[in-house]
Amino acid sequence: MKPRHILLAGAMAMSASMAFADCTNTVPVKTISNAFPAYEIMTGVMAGCGNVESELDKDHRLKIVDAFSANPSLYSMTSLTNSTSVPMIDADLLRPLDDLIATHGSSLNPNQFIEIDGKTMAIAAFANTQHLMYREDIFSDLGIAVPTTWDEYIAAAEKIPAAGVVDYPIGHYMKDGWNLAFVFVNHFLGEGGEFFNADWTPSINNEKGVTVLERMAKLATLMDPEYLVSDTTFVTKQMQQGKIAMANLWASRAGAVNDPAESSVSGKVVMAAGLRGSERIASTIWWDGWAIAKNISDEEAAAAMKLIVASMAEDVIQANNDDAIWLAKGFVPGAAAKGAFDTAAGDAVPYPMNKYIGSMHSALGSGLAAFMTGDKDAAATLADIEAAYVSDAKEKGLLK
Amino acid sequence: MKKKTFAIFVGPSVFMMVLFIAAPLLSILWLSVHVTQPVYEQVEVEICTPGLLGSVCSTELKTRPLLDESGRILTQTTFVGLQSYRNVIEPEKLRSAIANGSWRELMNIRFWSALRFTLVFTILTLPLVLGTGLLIALAVNNTLQRIKGPVIFVSLLPFIITPVIGALSIRWLFIGDGILTAGLEWWLDRDIAMFAQAWTIELMMYMYRVWHVAPFAFVVFYAGLQTVNNDAVEAAIIDGASRWQRLRYVIIPHLMPLVIFLTLIHLMDAYRVFEEIVGFSASAYVISLQWLTYEFLLQDGTGARAISRASASAILTMIGVAVLLGLPLRRVWRERKGS
Repeated sequence: MKPRHILLAGAMAMSASMAFADCTNTVPVKTISNAFPAYEIMTGVMAGCGNVESELDKDHRLKIVDAFSANPSLYSMTSLTNSTSVPMIDADLLRPLDDLIATHGSSLNPNQFIEIDGKTMAIAAFANTQHLMYREDIFSDLGIAVPTTWDEYIAAAEKIPAAGVVDYPIGHYMKDGWNLAFVFVNHFLGEGGEFFNADWTPSINNEKGVTVLERMAKLATLMDPEYLVSDTTFVTKQMQQGKIAMANLWASRAGAVNDPAESSVSGKVVMAAGLRGSERIASTIWWDGWAIAKNISDEEAAAAMKLIVASMAEDVIQANNDDAIWLAKGFVPGAAAKGAFDTAAGDAVPYPMNKYIGSMHSALGSGLAAFMTGDKDAAATLADIEAAYVSDAKEKGLLK
Repeated sequence: MKKKTFAIFVGPSVFMMVLFIAAPLLSILWLSVHVTQPVYEQVEVEICTPGLLGSVCSTELKTRPLLDESGRILTQTTFVGLQSYRNVIEPEKLRSAIANGSWRELMNIRFWSALRFTLVFTILTLPLVLGTGLLIALAVNNTLQRIKGPVIFVSLLPFIITPVIGALSIRWLFIGDGILTAGLEWWLDRDIAMFAQAWTIELMMYMYRVWHVAPFAFVVFYAGLQTVNNDAVEAAIIDGASRWQRLRYVIIPHLMPLVIFLTLIHLMDAYRVFEEIVGFSASAYVISLQWLTYEFLLQDGTGARAISRASASAILTMIGVAVLLGLPLRRVWRERKGS
């Protein structure tokens, strides 16, 4: 994976360096980031500036805390999200960026900054969320209205087999572990659920939790029976290969499903807002961006800052407008961004930025599969997950 | 040999064993009875994050770890006795499952369902590996001298492949509309999803392990076959022993020490089954004891790991291996004493 991405970054850099030339870099800089199109674009631009070594890795979050604890840090900068920022900020591994922004960051949008107690700790590049993507052709053939709630979604899915075009009505990232837990988190928020009581003890074993599980079981009957191994990339491919008619998917994949180079159904997929639970939209808003290591020289940090700014220059954003919901200047929301914007304009909340949800997410990740496979009923599943969370949070010192 | 010479010869390996085996074991034992936690404080923090439609600011009460002078997270370590072991094996749930006589309830406790799979996996694959290995060895032993080399090479291939890579390549044959699943669907004329229920995944894991390890048994048996006393075999032929009787009464007793050796190695390896769970993405349906340890070691969203429970689970795995090895070892010991 890695060498391919470095090659790809290099290849893109060649084309990028011609278009975006004025960012020459002389200080060696190393980046680590998640691996999907938006980061390929940004690291490609950085590589074009010279002396940049980029590592794109889906599991980067497992590396960055240890790598940035070293002195000097093993990387100059990392990609960061709501969720991955928590351990990095807790361990004080990030450099406050205010002075560097003052010198080099005049072209950035103020709403790109992640500020904690007035100090800017990271710069967001784009926003991400999950929303509905559906096959317009199938919907108009069958005369199905675009669903706005999960109940309508399920009702629509039940009509789709009549078209006889797709193998399964829907796809969903329900891979055992983080993904499956994430589905629960989103739906539970959509039902207006609160994960914790005031003293951070868990409160998922209730009516809302049961509603969510029942809905997840219902959804499972409408997709490929191998859903417990299906992650976001798998669902994207199902969509691209015309095997499913709709999915609630990450906005960062909206470009790919309509990309003629990869997709056999390009142009037929339309984006719409995230689907509602009984309280609010059952999607979470994420930001994705860059942060600079604390344990590196001032010179390296300044070089990293200039590269970050160059990677989100107006012309870069304009050239790659549809590949992400960019927060930087130059972005014009197109058809690909419609779903994400409608989701944000609705009442979707950000993914929580705290330690307790981290522990809860893990407990959900290892506890939910037993319900999906039918080994446990809903109440027992939720009770066991609560117990797992309590014992985990106690061991980690979060609960007394 | 003089005592001093003996010490000089043995010294380096004893030192290595202490450094690389005993010391890590002791440290894991220590970790499993202690818990190390960051010291937390509650603080009000003002946070601004980017939304799609502008910044969103809020003041939140945050639980934040304290840092020491050098900027590292301040931690405290406390002795917890067997608490982490209890958290792994969940004795209350175990008791209630036994009291209710409910197998299903027992299998809903992660540790016990992992133990169930690990044991079944180990015990079920053992005879298959030994049998397949012996069959290949006998077959190769009886092929023409000219093609022996290539046949041995091909038979060894599965053993040379890195386990995770092997498991992944088999997974790709079956996952979704993988070539073999598609083939089966065409042949049986029905829809097949190999990764949608526990038993098909388990079956694939057993098959994979036998495919992967049988070549090792084959090599060992093949070497053993070269030392079979031909006079004994000829005598058996003259006595009118059939092919099967020769195998049963002459060759297998001769190979018995190798069978014990392979059994020990296999029990040790199979009890630590892990690659199959990763390779076949089996964790939703079945997990093994090693997977359980790995899961505790994985960082959660906060970057924290459950080191203490992971260590406890690792020690329990080791105890399991020791118990399993105890049976065949005792037999070997008795035979030694007898002869």
